[in-house]
Amino acid sequence: MPSAALIKEFEAVVGKDNVFTSEADRQSYSYDSAVLEAVVPALVVRPTTTEQLGKVVRLCNENGNPITVRGAGTNLSGGTIPDPREGIVILTNSLNRIIEINEEDLYAVVEPGVVTAKFAAEVAKRGLFYPPDPGSQAVSTLGGNVAENAGGLRGLKYGVTKDYVMGIEFFDVNGGLVKTGSRTVKCVTGYNLAGLMVASEGTLGVFSNIVLKLVPPPQASKAMMAVFDDVNKASEAVAGIIAAHVVPCTLEFMDQATIRYVDDFTKAGLPRDAQAILLIEVDGHAGQVAEDAEKVEKVLNKVGATEIKVAKDAAEKFKLWEARRNALPALARAKPTTVLEDATVPRSKIPAMVKAINDIAAKYNISIGTFGHAGDGNLHPTILCDRRDKHEFERVEHAVDEIFDVALSLHGTLSGEHGIGMAKSKWMEKETSKATIEFSRNMKRAIDPKYILNPGKIIGA
Amino acid sequence: MADLTKLAKLLQELDDQMVGCMKCGMCQAVCPVFAETMKEADVTRGKIALLENLAKEMIHDAAGVQEKLNKCLLCGSCGANCPSGVKVMDIFLRARVIVNTYMGLSPVKKAILRGMLTKPALFNALLDLGSKFQGIFTSKVDDLLGSSCSKVLSPVIGDRHFVGLAKQSLHSKIKALDTPAGKSGKRVAFFPGCLGDKMFVSVAEACLKVFEHHGVGVYMPEGQACCGIPAISSGDRVAYDKLVKINLDLFSKGGFDYLVTPCATCTATIKEIWPKLMDEYPATMRDQIRALHDKVMDVNQFVVDVLGVKPETPAKGAVKVTFHDSCHMKKSLGVTSQPRALIGMNPKYELVEMAECDRCCGSGGSFNLYHYDLSKQIGERKRDNILATGAQIVSTGCPACMLQMTDMLSQHGAKVAVKHSIELYADSLR
Repeated sequence: MPSAALIKEFEAVVGKDNVFTSEADRQSYSYDSAVLEAVVPALVVRPTTTEQLGKVVRLCNENGNPITVRGAGTNLSGGTIPDPREGIVILTNSLNRIIEINEEDLYAVVEPGVVTAKFAAEVAKRGLFYPPDPGSQAVSTLGGNVAENAGGLRGLKYGVTKDYVMGIEFFDVNGGLVKTGSRTVKCVTGYNLAGLMVASEGTLGVFSNIVLKLVPPPQASKAMMAVFDDVNKASEAVAGIIAAHVVPCTLEFMDQATIRYVDDFTKAGLPRDAQAILLIEVDGHAGQVAEDAEKVEKVLNKVGATEIKVAKDAAEKFKLWEARRNALPALARAKPTTVLEDATVPRSKIPAMVKAINDIAAKYNISIGTFGHAGDGNLHPTILCDRRDKHEFERVEHAVDEIFDVALSLHGTLSGEHGIGMAKSKWMEKETSKATIEFSRNMKRAIDPKYILNPGKIIGA
Repeated sequence: MADLTKLAKLLQELDDQMVGCMKCGMCQAVCPVFAETMKEADVTRGKIALLENLAKEMIHDAAGVQEKLNKCLLCGSCGANCPSGVKVMDIFLRARVIVNTYMGLSPVKKAILRGMLTKPALFNALLDLGSKFQGIFTSKVDDLLGSSCSKVLSPVIGDRHFVGLAKQSLHSKIKALDTPAGKSGKRVAFFPGCLGDKMFVSVAEACLKVFEHHGVGVYMPEGQACCGIPAISSGDRVAYDKLVKINLDLFSKGGFDYLVTPCATCTATIKEIWPKLMDEYPATMRDQIRALHDKVMDVNQFVVDVLGVKPETPAKGAVKVTFHDSCHMKKSLGVTSQPRALIGMNPKYELVEMAECDRCCGSGGSFNLYHYDLSKQIGERKRDNILATGAQIVSTGCPACMLQMTDMLSQHGAKVAVKHSIELYADSLR
């Protein structure tokens, strides 16, 4: 525990109610959504203004306490697990004000603790659109989204969080306010530090507020589902759709294992013998949507989809999406522990990746269901196991290692959207290079000499 | 101090259920308590993590965990929204029994739960006496809402605007009923519930009026006990078991098609909780509980689904009514359209939906007693949603929600009446 004097200092900044010292409170900030060992923080501090936030960061640095900034704690790579050496968790969920939504210049300014879905809804109320939609958007915070460069289903057409970050104000370790980017579309003033902050996982600075780009929403959309007896055909369909110059807003994939788990769960009568299902949605102007949908159907027929269903209205669209919505719930219910990975490959390599995952599952005698974002090659091999079974969990760890090996051999990447955190830092060098790690560590040392900003994440200790 | 190893062993029986929580944190989106406090230990994921740590002897402050565990409305919103289908209510009820038994019940709780609640005759007599004297200590604040406040009692009850005990309880008006099925061919056992018997007698009477109108025979035995929810949610297994036994003895007789209650909480307790906690009962009791599980039904559902009462087109009367989905009614029983249909039967009314109609009102039974400030904050959000509709009446299917909404509206000086949906329907019958 930090000294009573230091606790008093934090209390003087944020108020007594916002410094959590009890064992029960501290233990409830010891984990996130990753399947990793929990680490209990020494203290949890919750600033309610950004001014307090800066002071809290400075106090931590002065006293050499490692900081882990936490929004909703939905991280899947252990990025929000605190440091064992007197680590302090800084909660952002009281910094949850939307400061501005500018309808003329199409941007918004937010504090880091604003919940993604609430923000998207506020934006939608004003007839605008904030596209990034990570799976945890109902609870995740925008600060967390930026720190992880969160993706979602709309990545292929609309991009991911980084494509919407126009500017960031953040605190350096000394509590100094750094300003980068702006409210303008163009800005080349200084280093692109905002770009550096995206996906930095709390290791370089602590966000105070964020300027996000907004876009006009699409006027119309059309959804369809295609069933395949061969994963290769599904992949050909994806390539064919892109080659026909159609960029669907969502292009989702489910493998046979996932289809069967979903069917067991929903009893929706899904094609259990199918090797793959694609869910495709195109959006834009009504005329363009109709044309695009037609092109997509043509491609699907040409590559030999065994079944194509086109939603005629909103109710049918909702029904079509039911299978995909239930993918994670169905998989999560099948076994106690759900290890959700996000190895990503170039989209043409999806069949090779799916085949490799199935071989790995067989080799280690474990259950894996794979679904994900086919349009951008971002797959979610989901390993279903019971972490209490030590032997099985060892096999799971080997399987995860092999999945990364395969992804890298196919010129893919360790993580499409979940981040490196602690779970994948040991793999960093393999994907990048020794010099990359050295460069990153040198930069970190210069910015954070005491190594207090979320140490141990991304580039190791 | 408590022997943590022993407590840990007891909690390990929950391990198989708790391990299903994948710590995704989606419960943060729906938990009414978390929405106010924004503290992880107040949301399901945090509570489960703490229970797991207690089971693994990784935490020493059992009283700290107990406090967090009890700070929950048991509204079921998290369970209904859980991607991995964790049986949250099961875990929390069992954990409360284990932890609260282990740590010990407060003497006041013991006196109320074991000394009074489990002795229906004594409980009734005490409250009948109370209703005669309550006027001395309380003053009426709102005739429309029927609420009162009390300066004398404020150290105990705070600034609550409460619905007082009825002048005459149902059981003192009508001791018991045993009438044969009429034109409907159906006979029901009627369980008014504590609030229906002692506070909202008009709700119970509305049910009886509806039964009579439709020719439904009624079996209402004397000496009914509380359904057990206050006891089990306080972790008092002893009192709970007694209450279940008293009711089973009464309702294993009587020959009826359905056991009907106007209280969504009582219905959910009998239907869901009794079977969950019956493993240690003898076989005959288990059979009785299974039979009641199949027969127990919310009164709205009974009138619409069994008696077939449904408006062809919902009424468009002059008086606006908005409807609050109580947690037990929607999240436990899945009853949502039936009370709305009943409101639509009354030509005087027009139904207008409020925002977040299925968000918890913050009552949570004894949660309201121990965490009044929090309960009030949650309730004020409900109140604001009610007021935004401009409705003159807010209706619901749960007397506990009626108490809470009455308090919130009365303190605000809002002229909105709180009515059970069966009252609105009964009102349309001649």
